[in-house]
Amino acid sequence: MIRLEKRPQPSRAWSLATPLVAVLATMLFGGVLFAVLGKDPVEAIRTIFWEPLFGEFSFYYRPQLLIKGAPLVLIAIGLSLGFKAGIWNIGAEGQYIMGAIVGAAVGLAFYPYEAWYIFPLMVIGGALGGWAWAMIPAVLKVRFGTNEILVSLMLVYVAEQLLASASLRFLKNPEGFGFPGSRNLQSYESAFNADLIEGSGMHWGVVAALIAVIFAYILLNRHMLGFHIRLTGEAPRAARFAGVNPSRLILLCLGMSGALAGLAGLFEVSGPAGQISIDFNVGYGFTAIIVAFLGRLHPVGILLAGGLMALTYIGGDIAQSNLGLPSAAIQVFQGMLLFFLLALDLLTNYRVTLRTSEVA
Amino acid sequence: MDLSAINPVLLIASLMVAATPILLAAIGELVVEKSGVLNLGVEGMMIIGAVSGFAIAVETSSPWLGFIASAAAGAVFSLLFVLLTQVAQANQVASGLALTLSGLGLSALLGQNYVGIRPPQMGKLDIPLLSDLPVVGPILFGHDPILYIGIALTAGVWAMLKFTRAGLVLRAVGENHDAAHALGYKVIRIRILAIMFGGACAGLGGAYISLIRVPQWTEGMTAGVGWIALALVVFASWKPWRALLGAYLFGGVTVVQLNLQAAGVAIPVEYLAMSPYVITIVVLVILSADKSSAPAALGRNFHASR
Repeated sequence: MIRLEKRPQPSRAWSLATPLVAVLATMLFGGVLFAVLGKDPVEAIRTIFWEPLFGEFSFYYRPQLLIKGAPLVLIAIGLSLGFKAGIWNIGAEGQYIMGAIVGAAVGLAFYPYEAWYIFPLMVIGGALGGWAWAMIPAVLKVRFGTNEILVSLMLVYVAEQLLASASLRFLKNPEGFGFPGSRNLQSYESAFNADLIEGSGMHWGVVAALIAVIFAYILLNRHMLGFHIRLTGEAPRAARFAGVNPSRLILLCLGMSGALAGLAGLFEVSGPAGQISIDFNVGYGFTAIIVAFLGRLHPVGILLAGGLMALTYIGGDIAQSNLGLPSAAIQVFQGMLLFFLLALDLLTNYRVTLRTSEVA
Repeated sequence: MDLSAINPVLLIASLMVAATPILLAAIGELVVEKSGVLNLGVEGMMIIGAVSGFAIAVETSSPWLGFIASAAAGAVFSLLFVLLTQVAQANQVASGLALTLSGLGLSALLGQNYVGIRPPQMGKLDIPLLSDLPVVGPILFGHDPILYIGIALTAGVWAMLKFTRAGLVLRAVGENHDAAHALGYKVIRIRILAIMFGGACAGLGGAYISLIRVPQWTEGMTAGVGWIALALVVFASWKPWRALLGAYLFGGVTVVQLNLQAAGVAIPVEYLAMSPYVITIVVLVILSADKSSAPAALGRNFHASR
């Protein structure tokens, strides 16, 4: 008979090992999935994990890794702060969209005037857009006790409609021959978030993601607020007695994650995407939830997890064109990863013992 | 704009159709939450039900088999949530999100060969005389059978929770799992059954969208209905008849905004399309002041330690 015994303290070794074991298990079961779909599993896994890094065309794919990884890390860092404190912002996708809309609108308001301060203003606009969108669930939770999970998620659908409205109406390119979508910011020099080193994929979003990682690390390990966040998550009652103000924490955590998601949206719209369009958002806000958990809600872990998840995106694209692997298969693959991770966490918190019949 | 083009009888009839998927999913989730489990994977289970019900209905050309398959698929898919939360003791919020995220991916994978196909139609209830009555006929006697099953399910769950021993045990588990365990009830087993029931209901609700409401299969077609159902359970203060009322309210909002779109009101389509979500938020705010009726053990895992 298998028995579970709660560990007095979570096992540190397993806590570090579970993400790796989860990735291996996902590769294994993902391989089975690919085999069921009639693809060579070894070849598929190799294409996803090896090809973008060391394959023939890796000079093209490596910059993509930064482009795809940066928004994931930026968003996931913000989410992890809230998740640690038991504050569930799952509407990052909406905050990402709003950051892009507001940021792009700021830039387009100056068009065609060129000035050095336009891009910084857009960055501020993007952060504020995401922040304001996250403040809705935050204020409603603080003021009325409304469930932030449901409100933040509902606001994703509202934001998607606003995005459609922006690309069809209020931000539509007046010289776009009637096609939906805004002006292309890539051809507007003051607003273009170009690669800092030509062709490296290293744009301002990547820099911001790295700063966010360092900032979150310091916040969580060296700052009182970070301690309060961890305390609230691990022992809410103790946190109350220690004088943590839960309302302030909710506003701060949701605000920070909203601002970071908004920044991610702004860097995307002004750089790789280039314009506001109806299908601008591709689900980074939801994938970032997986990234945050895969990184164990730890800043450095999230950085690594973001890189890995970006790898599966790019590798998935390659597998799609080379092997005809359906794009949904990669989505399943990513979902599987979260599953194994949550399931294997059992080993962190419990000791599994095998016991033959025992006298009670 | 021509508001007179909107026929109130048809409006009410289509409101009931629009409300049924929300109702089915919400009734299932209500039972799950009554047992003290918060399953945020409703959206994922719905879309799995939508795709598998659609596929089976197309392959067998029997909508009934499709609906049975959708309930089975929803229940089987919910076993993943069982595995995470009841066996591996994982966080319920995170596990529910995992269920939704992977359900969306899996359904897209399963459904790629079914895009653009029309499913077999399910016959409407047709009682001579009654269904032909003006006004009352189309509203009360002119629907597909699943809609009536949804209402019957509401009544059944209400009666089960209120009058039966099983309902009492379920509520005991949801209010205080330690006490229920001490009384000798199998907390985990009861919760597993409740979660599977919730999965089956969500699957049915999903298939109702793909087989009757739309009827077609497109990726991500549940479009947040599962989340609205979750909100509806809070709105209903965990009471089945109030869930019915709430579902009709949300169904009404959806249908009215669609009719306004069709009538060409001077409001941009996007703002009409976002209204169901905005109204969900507003309703949540109004009702969230009172949390007294929430099951006390909601969202807490149970581990029998000795």
